[in-house]
Amino acid sequence: MYWNPKYECLPLEELYELQLERLKVTVERVFYNVPHYRRAFQEKGLEPSDIKSLEDLSKLPFTTKDDLRENYPFGMFAVPMSEVVRLHSSSGTTGKPTVVGYTRRDIDVWAELMARALVCGGATRNDIIQNAYGYGLFTGGLGIHYGAERLGASVIPISGGNTRRQVMIMKDFGTTVLTCTPSYALHIAEVMEEMGVSPEELKLRCGIFGAEPWSENMRKEIERRLKISAVDIYGLSEVIGPGVAIECQEKNGLHIFGDHFLAEVIDPATGEVLPPGQMGELVLTSLTKEAFPVIRYRTRDITAILPGECPCGRTGVRIARITGRTDDMLIIRGVNVFPSQVESVLLQFGGTEPHYQLIVDREGSLDTLEVQVEVSEGLFSDKVRGLEELERKLRLELESTLGINVKVTLVEPKTIARSEGKAKRVIDRRKLV
Amino acid sequence: MKVKQLSVFLENKSGRLAAVTRVLAARGINIRALSIADTSDFGILRLIVNDPQSAYQALKEAGFTVTLTEVIGVEMPDRPGALSSILAHLEEAKINIEYLYAFLGRGDNGALVIFRVEDLDKAIEVLTSKGVKILNEEKIYSL
Ligand SMILES: [Zn+2]
Repeated sequence: MYWNPKYECLPLEELYELQLERLKVTVERVFYNVPHYRRAFQEKGLEPSDIKSLEDLSKLPFTTKDDLRENYPFGMFAVPMSEVVRLHSSSGTTGKPTVVGYTRRDIDVWAELMARALVCGGATRNDIIQNAYGYGLFTGGLGIHYGAERLGASVIPISGGNTRRQVMIMKDFGTTVLTCTPSYALHIAEVMEEMGVSPEELKLRCGIFGAEPWSENMRKEIERRLKISAVDIYGLSEVIGPGVAIECQEKNGLHIFGDHFLAEVIDPATGEVLPPGQMGELVLTSLTKEAFPVIRYRTRDITAILPGECPCGRTGVRIARITGRTDDMLIIRGVNVFPSQVESVLLQFGGTEPHYQLIVDREGSLDTLEVQVEVSEGLFSDKVRGLEELERKLRLELESTLGINVKVTLVEPKTIARSEGKAKRVIDRRKLV
Repeated sequence: MKVKQLSVFLENKSGRLAAVTRVLAARGINIRALSIADTSDFGILRLIVNDPQSAYQALKEAGFTVTLTEVIGVEMPDRPGALSSILAHLEEAKINIEYLYAFLGRGDNGALVIFRVEDLDKAIEVLTSKGVKILNEEKIYSL
């Protein structure tokens, strides 16, 4: 099922042609309207006319969260305020918040993208969508809301919170689709259990969850407890909000709507563009935005571009689920290591949420990595040979995934210190030397 | 004929065995047999107790990784060559022994040995046919 089959399944040659045309327009727009971009382009000796092919994208300067903050509040806008019909802002937990603006056409495009996303995720115009994302400055609530209305579904703009009422409305209104963060979906499941409401009493059949990274295990748990099909949606306010990418029914990677965004994955340390399959930082360029275009925006989200086509028929780029933030990246012997890579290897073994810790140290001039793994019941073997085999297989799998030598140590459960229920993932002793 | 054994994962550092026995003592559980298999990093503690289910619960609640494994308890006549003849029966039937260890107490007519083999049912069949006495659960837990 597609909302806009023509663009979602555009043959690649036509898609590339459209992307190039739109990239040129965007580059011109920012060069002539946003002092920050003009300056950044000129520092690299670039003019809009230097963009002749899609490959030239990699010549353009990156844009960072700091750039947005330095231009707070409206410095990055590419249209006069009279053209701006909506403002959103992302939270400023670390420093100043960032502000994004939308023209009437931007809002229209966003609704189109969200309608596509909802259909891709399994919703139809006959659904009753309970939108439990927060409404307000956060893009989640209104983004989904406009998309659901565009689709023609019935939207319940309930926003987040008051979970008992959420459950009551879900039951009374016959909600069929739930949209919220995955952690809130689990919370709803818990409250349902407390209230003695079973999933069989509801008409809920699918959930579209995002705005925070979540694991495959968490998906299984939500699907099991709410008896629904759950998909991952991705977006960020700096780029547009929800609706940048979403999983289809294959649940194997998120489709980026390529007629509106260009995606690259880079090595966060060097800025070099990485080939498909390699994990790195997602970088997004908007192709159609008017008020707040972004050029090579560094999302700090870790993913990889997935090679190959999706059976659903959508063309363009697919990305792996976001597995972490670049802030968590370690450089060990010159190799980029993400704790989430370790997690994904451990998941293949134990089946349950793995508890592990990375201990990075330095012996002489050589960095060492020890991975301590708590032995859960799923990993445990009653035989010494079985545990030694586990240790060996874990080591080989980690070494082939990370590309460096690893020492694996099996430890008892709860030996890895936890703060607020979450384990501290990394101990870097090199900093102390 | 099969007996439930507790297997507990332990890191190879001091005080871990004592921690297990403390948990069991607090629940009034008696240890009937015990063995430790270890490497330089970790060990597996195997226990036969009088109440495997509640010992399992207690250890799980205390945060240990613990599983229940099925083993057999064999009574051996108190004479030279008794163990080797049992091993010969198993070898002849091509039954692989994963591990074995001796019981702390004694049976009515001799020593007791705990066996973990790949095919428990076959081992029980083979040994019984050779006249080897295999103890049932109640007997072992109450020894
Ligand atoms: Zn697909």
